[in-house]
Amino acid sequence: MLGLKLSKEKLKPLLKEISIDRNIRIMEVCGTHTMAIAKSGIKQLLPPNFRLLSGPGCPVCVTAQEDIERILLLAEKPNVIITTFGDMLRVPGSNGSLQEKQAQGADIRIVYSPLDAVAIARHNREKEVVFIAVGFETTAPTVAVALETARKENLENFSIVCLHKLVIPVLRTLLEDQTTEIDGFLLPGHVSTIICTTPYEFIAEEFQKACVVSGFEAVDILESLWLISRQLKTGRFKVENQYQRGVKKEGNKVAMEAINRFFEPTGSLWRGIGEIENSGLKLRPEFSCFDAFLKFDLKDVQVKLAPSGCICGKILRGISKPEDCGLFGKVCTPLSPVGPCMVSSEGACAASFYYAGGDIIGR
Amino acid sequence: MADERILLSHGAGGLKTRKLIREVFQKNLGNAYLQQELDAALIKFSTNKIALTTDSFVVSPIIFPGGDIGKLAVCGTVNDLAVMGAKPLYLTLGIIIEEGMPFEVLEKVVCSLGNTAREAGVQIVAGDTKVVEHGACDKIFINTSGIGFVPPNIDLRPSKMLPGDKIIVSGSVGNHGIAILAAREGLNFTPPLSSDCTYLNYLIDRVLNLSSGIKCMRDPTRGGLATTLNELAQQAGLGIKLYEEAVPIDPQVRRACSMLGLDPLYLANEGKVIIIVSAKDASRVLEEIRKFDIGKNANIIGEVTDAHPSKVVMETELGTLRVLRMLEGEPLPRIC
Ligand code: SF4
Repeated sequence: MLGLKLSKEKLKPLLKEISIDRNIRIMEVCGTHTMAIAKSGIKQLLPPNFRLLSGPGCPVCVTAQEDIERILLLAEKPNVIITTFGDMLRVPGSNGSLQEKQAQGADIRIVYSPLDAVAIARHNREKEVVFIAVGFETTAPTVAVALETARKENLENFSIVCLHKLVIPVLRTLLEDQTTEIDGFLLPGHVSTIICTTPYEFIAEEFQKACVVSGFEAVDILESLWLISRQLKTGRFKVENQYQRGVKKEGNKVAMEAINRFFEPTGSLWRGIGEIENSGLKLRPEFSCFDAFLKFDLKDVQVKLAPSGCICGKILRGISKPEDCGLFGKVCTPLSPVGPCMVSSEGACAASFYYAGGDIIGR
Repeated sequence: MADERILLSHGAGGLKTRKLIREVFQKNLGNAYLQQELDAALIKFSTNKIALTTDSFVVSPIIFPGGDIGKLAVCGTVNDLAVMGAKPLYLTLGIIIEEGMPFEVLEKVVCSLGNTAREAGVQIVAGDTKVVEHGACDKIFINTSGIGFVPPNIDLRPSKMLPGDKIIVSGSVGNHGIAILAAREGLNFTPPLSSDCTYLNYLIDRVLNLSSGIKCMRDPTRGGLATTLNELAQQAGLGIKLYEEAVPIDPQVRRACSMLGLDPLYLANEGKVIIIVSAKDASRVLEEIRKFDIGKNANIIGEVTDAHPSKVVMETELGTLRVLRMLEGEPLPRIC
């Protein structure tokens, strides 16, 4: 362990050890990593042949446009209060964003936890309160707790748009996709605190790729990259856990049980990647009364997708980077985002935009 | 523009706010005073200058850890005058109250407003009250206008900034923004987060008496330190180099921000001042600021440079460079 403070002196030899004599592509699959990497400028320190790619790690970004359009339709229904995490608010659809719907009079409220949404349902019994449940294994348990609360209190006016996604199936899809050319993964520390590290073993064993579960400080990430480069050099691949202060061997049993009680795996549509088998969570049949799309008959509604020129889908697969997009920074900015990757602070485009490095100085 | 509507982010203090000010207010009301885009207008009266400013306060909740809307309404206006080098003297007060507001709460707010005014040495000399129907405003909105006297030898403005000048911030940043957010959303942190809401006029007065090398000052309210420094860089046509390690941020603010995906450099402050001072006087000024309780965490956080005009660039703790842009829209907490 390097400790949480890394002096510039200690940094030098470490960086030297990271360097390697061929082109390397490492993908991070967690929005918090994307943000931390951009913010700390880690890419400026790495050798040019050691590239970091942002994968499908930002919950808002991976949400399929079809689902976004359905959420926007839901927001137009009378008597509905939409509750959502803040970064969903500005994601554009073919006919505006939730934020614009709000300005037009729709009742849309930012919440910080699914339980806040339940509280809103409790105080507004005459309205339908819908929580937009996006996120990975880290968010699902908190939604399960909210559902449990709503069930106990008989809050029939509470429901969720269940768009939860799972990390393991998408990793497999990326590995099976020959075009992505990934040499290793920086694995998400938070998700791993729930699911533990065992489910990642196929990455090393089946696909012979480097992988390290990493914490979120710049030093954590640097140390993880160093571990990854060591795996690449020795050719001995295994799941290493850099985030030992967070990830316990057995994961979080209570959280997993909460997930399994309310949800079951289902096929899920990912932006830019498509449908992946068993890569999402849906409500178990006995809890389908909480399914907002069912309740409002939006499940099979056909939605129009307007072409926007956004290449978020390619970025999420590590094929393109934000700067490759012709709209980046010109037409598409956090102020008027064209795609979701520019909306969420964890999106690859927003991270590149906000935390541009020294290379734009003088431009 | 035709079908555009006002969004909440138009009020967040970032680029959208600036656009609104330029395209609606400057366009229709513009004159030489407004065009300066300063915290208070400087008006010449024979040989003396007075500073005049106005500000409206809407905050939810109206009573929050570290202050309330009354205290805020006095401090905000006093600070806007003080950073222009003015001695704040008189305030006017306009209050819009929502029908149904408990007397007790109003009393509490006005009492705090009065106490703050007395402590800050300003007098409320005119006032107006309106009560509107339930739902027509959110509990209570306050406007204060303030007037102050600028000593003849004082002339602060961004155009006086020079490469090599130092940048001082009077204390830790982000406290107000994160405290309000936590209070509004009922997020509990231990230790609790508290607003930094306070008046700065005595501290600023001392600094101005001590050094003739003060170039200009700003209070980094909405949009936070990063946005305010960008405004300064653009107005001066010079670059600003910041050192991440040197920027004071309270550990509890840092923790809360990292949980919510927010950047303390973009969160509002209500009791902090940024001072641009000649290199020669910087350490003397810093020492003096640190003698104040509200200035004990003050630090030199960077310097003015001609290397990257109109841009703010921060050297991170790892030694990498990061361009700090202005806030775009409002800071939205992410999914955690
Ligand atoms: S810059 Fe905007 S339009 Fe381009 S990929 Fe990113 S989000 Fe999509």
